[in-house]
This record gives sequence, C-alpha cells and structure tokens, in this order.
Amino acid sequence: MAIGVKVMERPLEDTSYLRATLTGLSHTLKHLFQEKVTVQYPEEKWSLSPRWRGTHRMLTTEDGKAKCVACGLCPSICPANCIKLVPGEDEQGNRYPLVFEIDEFRCIFCGYCQEVCPEEAIHVGRHYENSEYSREGFVYDLERLMAQTHPVCEMWDPTDPKGE
Amino acid sequence: MTLPFFAALQGAPPPSTMVFVIATVVKMIVFFTIYMVGVAMLTLMERKVSAWMQDRHGPNRVGNGWLQPAADGLKNIMKEETYPGAAYRPIFVIAPALAFIPAMLAWAVIPFGAPWDSPWGTIEMAVAPLPIGFLFVLAITSIGVYGIVLAGWSSNNKYSLLGGIRSSAQMVSYEIAMGMSTIPVLLLAGNVSLNQIVSQQAAVGPLSWNVITATIAWLIFLIAAFAETNRLPFDLPEAESELIAGYHSEYSAMKFSMFFIAEYANMVTASALMATLFFGGWDIPFTAWDNAAPHTGLKTLLTGLFFFAKILFFCFFYMWIRWTLPRFRYDQLMSLGWKLLLPTALTYIVLIASAILGLQIAGFGPATWQFSGALAGLNVVCVLLLLFVLDRGRIVSPAYSRLDPRHLARVRARAAARTTRPPTVEAR
Repeated sequence: MAIGVKVMERPLEDTSYLRATLTGLSHTLKHLFQEKVTVQYPEEKWSLSPRWRGTHRMLTTEDGKAKCVACGLCPSICPANCIKLVPGEDEQGNRYPLVFEIDEFRCIFCGYCQEVCPEEAIHVGRHYENSEYSREGFVYDLERLMAQTHPVCEMWDPTDPKGE
Repeated sequence: MTLPFFAALQGAPPPSTMVFVIATVVKMIVFFTIYMVGVAMLTLMERKVSAWMQDRHGPNRVGNGWLQPAADGLKNIMKEETYPGAAYRPIFVIAPALAFIPAMLAWAVIPFGAPWDSPWGTIEMAVAPLPIGFLFVLAITSIGVYGIVLAGWSSNNKYSLLGGIRSSAQMVSYEIAMGMSTIPVLLLAGNVSLNQIVSQQAAVGPLSWNVITATIAWLIFLIAAFAETNRLPFDLPEAESELIAGYHSEYSAMKFSMFFIAEYANMVTASALMATLFFGGWDIPFTAWDNAAPHTGLKTLLTGLFFFAKILFFCFFYMWIRWTLPRFRYDQLMSLGWKLLLPTALTYIVLIASAILGLQIAGFGPATWQFSGALAGLNVVCVLLLLFVLDRGRIVSPAYSRLDPRHLARVRARAAARTTRPPTVEAR
C-alpha cells in the first residue's frame, strides 16, 4: 500500500465490481442521450458579462475626436506597461494624444486604464475576437481604437456590488 | 446431427473450381473494402460516442462529421515519418503491419451470411470456410501480440518497452481464459467449424444462442476479448498516464495510424467472434426461414445485415465500457486473469459438460427446447451466484478492503508463532 492513500473501510458485503459496473453503464448510457452542452462557437456565441474586459476602445466626442486629454494617468497605472502615450497641445492649449498605442498582447486586461481615466475616454470592451496574422497587428493605434464599435465594459460599482 | 440447413446444403450442387476461385476473389475484394471502410467509420463512431457520453457533439465540421475519417487519414499520410535514432529500423517498420495483419486474417473464416444457392452452385459466405475455423481464429489472434511487443522493443524507448512487456504478459494471461471460455461453446456445437456453431445456435431460435446456454462463458470471453484487444479497462500497454502512449510512443504518421487501424480491426474481429460464438452468428432471431432452404440472395443479404448489426452493437459496447470503467492496476489485471477467470472457466466447463451429459442421459439431445431451457435455467443460477456471491470484493481487489477476519487471524497466529518459538539446541 502506497503512502498517503485514502483507506476506505468498507465491509466486504458492500464491495462489488460487476454490480457497480452495471450501475456505471446505466449512467453513461443516460449521458449518451442527454442534451449536449457544447456551444457551436462560430455559429453560436455565448453572451458576455456586462463586466467583461476585452479589446480596448477609445470613445469619441460628438465632433469625432478622441476624448483623451493625454493626462498620462493610464500609462502610469498600467501594470503591464502596454500603453504608449505621447502628449501634444494645440493652439488653444488643449492637450491631445499625438501617439496613443495599446499593445493588446502585453495587456493583461485588468481594466485599470478605464477606472483611472478622468475623461472616460479609454475603455476595455465586451469583445474578444481579435486574432491577427502578425504580432504587429496587435498594437492598436489611436485610429483603430476609435474605430472599434463594440459595447464597453461596465465597471464594478462598490455601491451596487451585484450590478442591479 | 442433421439440421435443416445442412440437409439443404447437401442437396445443392458444389461449385466448380472456376466458380469457386472467382467467388473467392470477389468475396475478398468486397470484404476487404467493407472491412476497411468499416474500420475507418469506427474511428468516427468512437469519437462520436465518446463525445455523446461526455455531453458533447463530437466531430461535426468536415462534411457534417462524416468525412472526419478521410481527413484524419489524409493528415496521417501527409505527416512526416520520423525514426528514433536508436530504433532498430527493420523491425520498427514491420511492427505496425504485424499488429494489423492477424486481425484481418482472423476474419477470413468467420461466416458473415447465409450461404447463397447461386445458379453456379452454393457459395459459402466466408472468405475461407475452413472446417477447423475456430482453431484457426485462436491461432491467428495470438499472433497479434507480436506487432505490439516488437514495436515496443524496436523503438528503444523505456516506455515503449514497458508497454510491450505489459502487452505480452496480458495477452498470454487472457489468451488462456479466452480459450477455456470457448470450450463450452465447442461442447454444445460438437464441432470447431464456425458454420456448425452458427447453425447449432439457430436450432431453436434465440433460446439456443450460446449466450443463453453458456452465459458465464460469454462473460469470460467478453472480458478476455477486452484484454486481448487492449481496450479500456485493459489498455495497460498504452496507458497514457503511465507510459505516455506505450508501445506506439515513437511512431508517427501512417505507421501510427496502422496501430490505430489494428486496434479497431481487432475490435471488429473480437465483436464478430462474439457474435458468431455466442449470439447466433448471422442468424436472424425469432425466425426460422433464414436457416431453411432455398437460400436465395436476399436471405444472404438480410442475414449479412443482421450479422453487421450484431457486430456494430458489440463495437458500441466496447466504447460504452471504455467511458464507464477506469483502467485496471497491473496486479488487478493479473489476479483477475489468473485467479478468477481461469478457475471460473474451468469450473464452468465441468458444469456445462456434466449438464450436457445429464440431459443426454435424460433423453434430451441438443437442438431441443428442453435442452436449451434447462441450460438457460442453470445459467440464471450461475449469473445470480456470480453477481451476489462471488462479486463481494473478490473479483477485483480494490484499492483497499478490509482483510477477511479469518485470514487476519491466521496471519496473526503465524506471526505470534514466529516470535515465541523456543530457542534452538545450538543457542542453548
């Protein structure tokens, strides 16, 4: 007897193999006809949670510009260091991002960028189908982030923990 | 013993040599095609049944799943053949074929349909209707182990070798139980010709099927067949969790595929044997017209279909068991084969032989319903004994069960005797 094996003290009368096998066979046969649980992925998709954190999205103002004011909070909070931000300033003194890139490969989808954003500009979204043929394709620039149309993540609200 | 079927056979003209040769070649080609396609479809069936038993759908993409075997085959043909540097090349190459050929060969003697009284003479529906059919099957199926052992040895890999060793030990052990379990069948048929065994079972409908008249023999044969084909719960030669993939760890591409085909071919052969020996072969249950003359082509086709259905059921049963029982431990496997199956089979031979003798003295020869009925009654008692008396921790030694109190007392007494032995003369 090997070390650490759980010892079942069964009376000899209750030990059976053949009868137990017959019970087992009936169980597997029952499963044969049960409803299947597989989701046929490309045709059917499961619904995402409203708090799903996936592909990023940059929201825009009415006139089609990014809401981002290049404050630099998101690159500072990002634990994976995947946001590249170069701030710029126009004639009126409004700050805007000259370069805003997110490397979706480095991103760990913690959602801190969305939580920290004062302008509610950068969001993680309810979307996960972002395959590419090259690694370069995963670096999303500002234009691409603004072009995303999927719904964004609803962050957890401490006053309403169950989202009701 | 003259049965209607054989009386009819004697009346029909024997085919000429020319017809015999042509018919055999046609049978070979048709049969080989059906067999290979069937084996391919079995891989699909395995995947589908596995999936359904796990509440999944299984392969359903390539041609709605139906072309999956073709896709698998294509993949395996396109893949690179790799050879381990230290492998012994000639045996490494020949082993997959050695695993596959015996399974195929055994099929040659199995009758898969009622004979056909063609315009050119009676044509037997077995590729080679040998009069010693059953002995041929026993001889050929034992060769199957060579493929596995040689594959394990020539791979020069410790896991492969262990798989091969396990396989040889397992096959040798269960071969004996298998042979012994079929003796009651031979006693009942009074012949080793598979055709005779089939026609004997057709005598009084399904009551005279050997599964009714020799149930325990069937159970032993079933268990031994699982072990012989290396299917779960006896797949120790390839035990993934212990030996990676056992004897075929080092194989790739089509050579690996050959082992896969061999496994399914073995399954089909074992199923066919089970159907022939215990489930009336190609006999259609509850009817007598299929065994009587005239033997038209339609009858041949129908009986063939029934035989196919029986095989299919047993193949399904293999898969069913696979997803029900976990793998045996090595010592459990050995003790089951040697300590349980073999003695049970021997006892059962004596039991059936005496029953047959007793019934014949009482005036009920075989092929009467009293004979079959009496044996069926005996078997009901046997099965009940097996399920409720023998099956109490004695069939498979569990991970742990309490020692039998009497055994425990004996062990303690022996230990006490050892410690309190009086000192010997020299010591004094």
